[in-house]
Amino acid sequence: MPELLTRTELNPCKAEPQKLSIEKSAAGRRGLRLPASGRPAGEHLPAEQLRKTAPKLPELSEFDVVRHYTNLSRLNFSLDTHFYPLGSCTMKYNPKINEELCALPGFAAAHPAAPDSAAQGTLEAMHNLEKLLCEICGLSAFTLQPSAGAHGEWCGILLARAYHAKRGDAARTEIVVADSSHGTNPASAALGGFNVITVKSGPDGRVDVAELKKHIGPRTALVMLTIPGTVGLFETEICKISAAAHAVGALLYMDGANFNALIGLAKPGDFGVDIMHLNMHKTFSTPHGGGGPGAGAVGVTKALEPFLPAPRVALENGVYRTKSDYPDSIGRLRAFFGNTGVLLRAYCWLRQHSPETLRLVAENAILNANYAMAGLKDLFPAQYGGWCMHECVLSTDPATTGGVRTLDVAKRLLDYGFHAPTVYFPLIVHEALMIEPTETESRESIDLFVAAMRAIHAEALENPELLKKAPHTRPVKRLDEVGAARQPDIRW
Amino acid sequence: MYTPHTDKDREEMLKAIGVSSFEELLRQIPQELRKSKFNLPPALTEPELAAHAAELAAKNSRLLNFAGGGAYEHYIPAAVRALVSRGEFVTAYTPYQAEASQGTLQAIYEYQSTVCALFEMDASNASLYDGATALAEAVNAALRITGKTKVVLPQALNPQYKRTLQTYFAPNRAVSFAEVSCKTGVLDAAALETAAQDAACVVLANPNYFGCLEDADEVSRIAKAAGALLVAVVNPASLGAVRAPGSYNADIAVAEGQPLGLALGYGGPYLGMFACKKEHLRHIPGRICGITKDLDGKRAFVLTLQAREQHIRREKAASNICSNEALCALTATVYCALLGPAGMRELAELNLEAAHSAADKIAALKGFKIKFGKPYFNEFVVECPGDAAQLRDALLQDGILAGIPLGDMDSSLKNCLLVCATETKTPACLDALAAALRKHANA
Repeated sequence: MPELLTRTELNPCKAEPQKLSIEKSAAGRRGLRLPASGRPAGEHLPAEQLRKTAPKLPELSEFDVVRHYTNLSRLNFSLDTHFYPLGSCTMKYNPKINEELCALPGFAAAHPAAPDSAAQGTLEAMHNLEKLLCEICGLSAFTLQPSAGAHGEWCGILLARAYHAKRGDAARTEIVVADSSHGTNPASAALGGFNVITVKSGPDGRVDVAELKKHIGPRTALVMLTIPGTVGLFETEICKISAAAHAVGALLYMDGANFNALIGLAKPGDFGVDIMHLNMHKTFSTPHGGGGPGAGAVGVTKALEPFLPAPRVALENGVYRTKSDYPDSIGRLRAFFGNTGVLLRAYCWLRQHSPETLRLVAENAILNANYAMAGLKDLFPAQYGGWCMHECVLSTDPATTGGVRTLDVAKRLLDYGFHAPTVYFPLIVHEALMIEPTETESRESIDLFVAAMRAIHAEALENPELLKKAPHTRPVKRLDEVGAARQPDIRW
Repeated sequence: MYTPHTDKDREEMLKAIGVSSFEELLRQIPQELRKSKFNLPPALTEPELAAHAAELAAKNSRLLNFAGGGAYEHYIPAAVRALVSRGEFVTAYTPYQAEASQGTLQAIYEYQSTVCALFEMDASNASLYDGATALAEAVNAALRITGKTKVVLPQALNPQYKRTLQTYFAPNRAVSFAEVSCKTGVLDAAALETAAQDAACVVLANPNYFGCLEDADEVSRIAKAAGALLVAVVNPASLGAVRAPGSYNADIAVAEGQPLGLALGYGGPYLGMFACKKEHLRHIPGRICGITKDLDGKRAFVLTLQAREQHIRREKAASNICSNEALCALTATVYCALLGPAGMRELAELNLEAAHSAADKIAALKGFKIKFGKPYFNEFVVECPGDAAQLRDALLQDGILAGIPLGDMDSSLKNCLLVCATETKTPACLDALAAALRKHANA
């Protein structure tokens, strides 16, 4: 389909690689000027405290800086410019209004050590956000302190530890995870001081309840599951799973990275989930920023509430207060309140939704994923049968595509102006391509993506070498990743 | 809300999928779990949301701010805001597909280089959540590197950082903390010498929570003599004029990067800066960007040394961190590029000038004195004639946040106020603070 490769948005004018800022530097050139102090540092500090050599930073005009970073930005694919079907990452539209509102001076200039009386607006928003998250998830309380999903997982793990310790049960040293889990699950469990037990998924990609039961018992502190799972399927037996975990005295943790499939449809509290995290930078539309900042709110049932991190926001006689007087709290996870600016954006997004429109988020996310799968599964087979939730996991079969692998398909997609899906994850699917369109993509954009994937499949049969060397139209061609690790060059 | 589907779209898409109704797609969710009712406030349209948010923002007091304590009010250049709000940066994901992410990747490389330049260290990662978690990761690395279990902390370490460390290491009963007194404002060298024996690391906060600059060479000498690593926590805004951690032989240096162009924003998102000597490269937590070549031999950027990370190593990873603070790291990079070496020096000089001028004005007030001696950077402890928290609250009436009362940290400091003056404070601002302190102290 040659017209796919000549769409005007692909290369409005070709973006070229840039020199480093330091390579554009000219001695003596200045950018921002601050008012003159008139007094050198030596008048306030003794000589032994003074820096001897200036830091090696670029010397640029303001215009140089603006042009440099503007041109760097043009080397990126982003949601605002490209379809970005990155599975498990929920790359949905990030509403512009939320960027504007969290930057209002009243929010942006608030010092985190300001007394509560001076921060009532922010505290009210945070209190409201916590209540909304509780309602959506069917849980009793949320902490907003964790800075990202992995930080939230680790928080949840400490909550489980504190819960069991409070009951005087010190024998629970294990956390059970699925072999399809995100790498952060076992890493967070290890950071929380637990041994990690990995359970093999069943033939349908879901948790095998019989297999799970063999691995849980009096040593199990927590069963950690992503729901829907990373293969894009709901755990149909979730009530049996939670009952089995609870029967042996363990708690159930839900990794809510894929909550976009459930928002407005079902409440994790109803499945027997005890602890879960939500990624504000996924389901709740806050932008990913090229790798953060995010925020990873953690919700719990009533029994776990006493252990939540402090401070928490409480409403007392019409006044919002930050309270730290919780004797069983696991403590602080970081300095200050949390990634408040991210949380404010999530709050704004939620306030624009009714129960009906929240449900449409999940429904259209599920619709889009199934529509993409229906258009592709004859060429890129789905490992597991049936319909998917918000994402589908397909695969490339190098045996039938001239040795073309998923990596090659992913790189060739970049030539067609699409960000690649998540590749080689989950680990249990061979040559995995994990596709998550999200609800904010139109049918037309999925049609184009499907057409591109099909065109690539045809190219694989005709000219596999073309794909193995892709991409051909990006500012750089395929990279030598091994060389980068062998001789690290990580700074100027 | 933000979903583009028309009724016709849905109908045709369901047909293409091969189901007669959407409900068929949901069969994998048990029926009884799909009956939830959601009790939410009425949805707001965009104009209504804007009004609601403006109303909330207006409930926060706009104060003349002299609070620091780990979060600092600095001037944020317009070009910083403009560049970091570009959609191509804001709405990109982690740069896993390097060929489609060279902008973000080069920016990370420039960030790492900026951190190394400011700190005079060898290697930096792509960012961590904030200063407190960066310190926790640094301590964790020191424990791994040395195989020892004792961590030496200064009394004058940000109390929130101390609490974060306690949380991080609570699961590991072997880890112990020894706290060294800072009775004179800085570390007691004799006590440090004792505490440092058998320690994995000595944490040096420079400036410390009282604003004081330490005798970093002496602290470093003591740590090294005891076989401990030196972990420095610094303020990056000071480093245009104040010595960098590399110059006193720090093994790992961390900082809260918020002063470099990030809004106060009631606590976040901020920026955890982390750098170390090159021999500790493989203990660095989180992402690292490196230079490589493409098929044509052209220079390019890519995430590298990933064998340390959770998505490869799972439970054996150096850290569990995944999403970090990439956009905040970009902010700091653009900020430092705009200021350059001369601007960073001027920034530090202006902060020194403002803080020392503020201290002089306050010291001249009856009943007030500066608790600890020089040298300090942009904040200092004021001993007030009465309870500092009450005085702080009284000044709120005049629209002034006078500082952070230290009574919660140590009851012997209940009359003490941590006061910060950055380059944003003009002589008129300092006079307003002094006048208000005089007025309310006598009231």
